[in-house]
Amino acid sequence: MIVLGVALLAACTLIGVYLGDLLGVALGVKANVGGVGIAMILLIVARLWLSRRGSLTKGVQFGVEFWAGMYIPIVVAMAAQQNVVAAVSGGPIVIIAATGSLVLCFGAVALLSRIGRRDPGSPEVEHGGSVIGGQADPIVGAPPAIPAARRG
Amino acid sequence: MKFGHDVWHGIEHVFVEQSLVAAFAVVGALILVSNLAAKRFTKGRVHGSAIAIVLGLALAYLGGLYTGGKKGIADIPALAGIGLMGGAMLRDFAIVATAFEVDVTEARRAGLIGVLALALGTIIPFLVGTLTAVAFGYHDAVSITTIGAGAITYIVGPVTGAAIGADSTVMALSIATGVTKAVMVMVGTPLVAKLIGLDNPRSAMAYGGLMGTVSGVAGGLAATDPKLVPYGALTATFHTGIGCLVGPSIFYLTVRALVG
Repeated sequence: MIVLGVALLAACTLIGVYLGDLLGVALGVKANVGGVGIAMILLIVARLWLSRRGSLTKGVQFGVEFWAGMYIPIVVAMAAQQNVVAAVSGGPIVIIAATGSLVLCFGAVALLSRIGRRDPGSPEVEHGGSVIGGQADPIVGAPPAIPAARRG
Repeated sequence: MKFGHDVWHGIEHVFVEQSLVAAFAVVGALILVSNLAAKRFTKGRVHGSAIAIVLGLALAYLGGLYTGGKKGIADIPALAGIGLMGGAMLRDFAIVATAFEVDVTEARRAGLIGVLALALGTIIPFLVGTLTAVAFGYHDAVSITTIGAGAITYIVGPVTGAAIGADSTVMALSIATGVTKAVMVMVGTPLVAKLIGLDNPRSAMAYGGLMGTVSGVAGGLAATDPKLVPYGALTATFHTGIGCLVGPSIFYLTVRALVG
């Protein structure tokens, strides 16, 4: 059932955010520490567990993947409500601090991504891209086991 | 004249009443236009989502000018649903959903790089922020730390500032730094992605930890390559918490020891 997938996603999110709040309190921080990250790990574990038990149905998968596919539209809506006026009118101190840290961090990404060997990329990663990219059709050459759920 | 006014009023009424549904329609239209523009004018070299995000930011700017509010276009009553659709609740819900597509072995292999990236991604922006603050004539530890924390993310800035008692102008400066960084990450990432090797899960995890700001990373990766989203998000979501942890404590104490 599709709603079970949505409920699974909701449960993982709620538990993760709750644990993130607890972690924040435990560390004495007035913020949620990694709640969304914990929720993501919970969802990954739940998926592995369900597929091992053979109870990862098309409906459950569709319920989660629908929201993964809504990711980009939600991000566009997020962009449309940023306080861009404040960002643009911040003055030199804001521009310099933001640009400086951005350039150095991009440089650090370049360095870190050269550590270790390069990944050739797996079909699972590519499949994830098509789901999150909001494509409803199976990509050519994708493993046949997964795209069956595309149409929910 | 009267009739035209009624029609307009009626449409506005529907948009206000059905705010989230209206947001789905508006954002869908925006993405449709962006995808067409990407195909027609850039021959697919620029991602449609990158154009959509930049358009979104442009609308946020216009909305901010028009209403004088802080929530971009969502401050216009008929478009308030954008605020719900792109707010933290649904944003986090969708980010968690992307984890369903994570290749576990890839994520595990890059775990150490993610941790290293988180450490660097907290220290580098803080250093840049504090040095900028000092260069612009701030001498007290509280202001320097608050502005430095703002360069980490726009949440770490005010949380740190509130904890150590910064005044409101410095807080505003700190938030503005964080917001500017987030906007620059969204727009800049697709431009430099090739240059910094951002094309696989490993570098996406490094990127998430280094850039930190969840909205920046979410937007930047969506505009670059959707397959990288869950890996970047996985590390980025720990970034703000860690920043809030070290900002008012280790970082503040260090700055205070240095400037007296």
